[in-house]
Amino acid sequence: MADDLLLARGLVVAYGRPGSLFTRRGDSPVVLHGVDIRVGKSETVGIVGESGSGKTTLGRALLGLIKPAAGSVVFDGSDITALDERARRPLRRRMQMIFQDPMSSLNPRHTIGRILIEPILLHGLAKSHAAALALVHGILDRVGLSRGTVDFYSYELSGGQRQRVGIARAVVLRPDFVLADEIVSGLDVSTQAQVLRLLKELTGEMHLALAFISHDLSVVRSICQRVVVMREGRVVEEGPCERIFAAPAAAYTRMLIDAIPLPTTDPGWLSRGASVEVAASA
Amino acid sequence: MTAPRLAIEALSAISLRDGNRPILRRVSLAVATGEVHGLVGESGAGKSTIAKAILGIIPSQLKVTDGRIVFEGRDLLSLLPKDLRAVLGRDIALVPQDPSTALNPSRRIDAQMTDGLRLKRGLSAKQARLRAHALLEEVQIRDPKRVLDSYPHQLSGGMRQRVLIAAAFALEPKLVIADEPTTALDVTVQKQILRLIRSLQERHGTSVLFVSHDLGVVAKICDRLTVLYMGKVMEQGSTADVLAAPRHPYTKALLAANPRYDRPDTGLEPTPPEVIAALRAEIAAFDAGVAGSR
Repeated sequence: MADDLLLARGLVVAYGRPGSLFTRRGDSPVVLHGVDIRVGKSETVGIVGESGSGKTTLGRALLGLIKPAAGSVVFDGSDITALDERARRPLRRRMQMIFQDPMSSLNPRHTIGRILIEPILLHGLAKSHAAALALVHGILDRVGLSRGTVDFYSYELSGGQRQRVGIARAVVLRPDFVLADEIVSGLDVSTQAQVLRLLKELTGEMHLALAFISHDLSVVRSICQRVVVMREGRVVEEGPCERIFAAPAAAYTRMLIDAIPLPTTDPGWLSRGASVEVAASA
Repeated sequence: MTAPRLAIEALSAISLRDGNRPILRRVSLAVATGEVHGLVGESGAGKSTIAKAILGIIPSQLKVTDGRIVFEGRDLLSLLPKDLRAVLGRDIALVPQDPSTALNPSRRIDAQMTDGLRLKRGLSAKQARLRAHALLEEVQIRDPKRVLDSYPHQLSGGMRQRVLIAAAFALEPKLVIADEPTTALDVTVQKQILRLIRSLQERHGTSVLFVSHDLGVVAKICDRLTVLYMGKVMEQGSTADVLAAPRHPYTKALLAANPRYDRPDTGLEPTPPEVIAALRAEIAAFDAGVAGSR
């Protein structure tokens, strides 16, 4: 399609060092078996799957944090699969990541101000510290944090505030693409709702393309236009959320959706879905 | 009406570290025989503190200041440690949140499952192993022998949780405390575990206090619900009533914040500021009332 921003073809990723001291060559487990995925410009795509489905690995391969054994990643028209660190650097600003656990992704020894200002200066978005601080103030206003947050350390903030900092750090660099990996899984529902709403608004305002990795299909439904369902390193099904959630084509997707407990009473729910037993009794 | 199996009466607790901040504010709830009672709330609501108070493992920085926990006519809070231990092993069991840390990594499942059967039920090693085998069959483990001979790390998360459920029901307890038992599991495995807890509970007439932050999960397994906010009961009632016609604004806000795949517009609704203000006022008024009555 003409307005693809990110296009991956046939991604294969295997972990472990083949032929190291303790493993025989060829022992390394294959985590992705030839995955194709595309994210259009300013499109929000959910990547869902259970543990071991390879969704996090796929995200890391898209950002170039792991080198695939085969396949290609094309970003905005150029192949970035084999770029070395130096060549990749200009892309770093345009491709940002929001992490699952803001506690471990924010340096506890730096103030929030330093965490937000340094990447701005590094990527040359501001020429002076004062100009960078002005950008930081602007983004803090936007994500609903007080400007005084710059003087805090991450451990002085609540989980929801930390995740807002994570979002601010990613979007202040005016990226084209943001990868969000399970960013609301540790939050209470009311905090989760705030973070999701903020992210949804920002992707709209800034025309951001978003890959939203989650195990929670309901969360994906609330924020994404398209969804990719993964299982054991393969894409099972992909398509617009309206269609997939209303009429999934794959039995696995159907089973995943049926396993989500909705907050309504439904006496037959627990006993329905015999296929579940077979699928997940490992 | 018969007496409930578990009655928590006006339970209050404070945090000693944090300027005697109230943690539980006169919480009362009753769990009937054979009932699954959901204890729902967000972090800081006090749901785990209640579970810990029942099990007699309140952390040292917390202190129960008032109230009773009546189990089968006896106040657990006033029992001597040795009497409480006898009740806990025999009549009250726990299904913990995290199946990966609740089992001893250096002992085989066999040894961990048979401890209680030998010590509390007086079975011989051989009898206990047979009983453990039967229990694993009851939680639908296909090859109980292999599991009994395994170490925890050799089992998947769902399998470990089945083992813990089997262990919890091993001594035919009257009350099981299930503390977020499916939080760490994938949805398909979660559904199996919920089904399992419900079927064991129905077969044995066990009462269950089911602690959860997930309204969807409690909707599917609980007969009645208690909704907590900052250690105070906001709403109580049958699951169907609370979910279909919530009376308290907090319950309504929780439901609105809960994303649902069948309603893509939900899950983006933060708690309205006026609801938060009303909640704070409700808590402050309660605390002032408690201080005034002293």
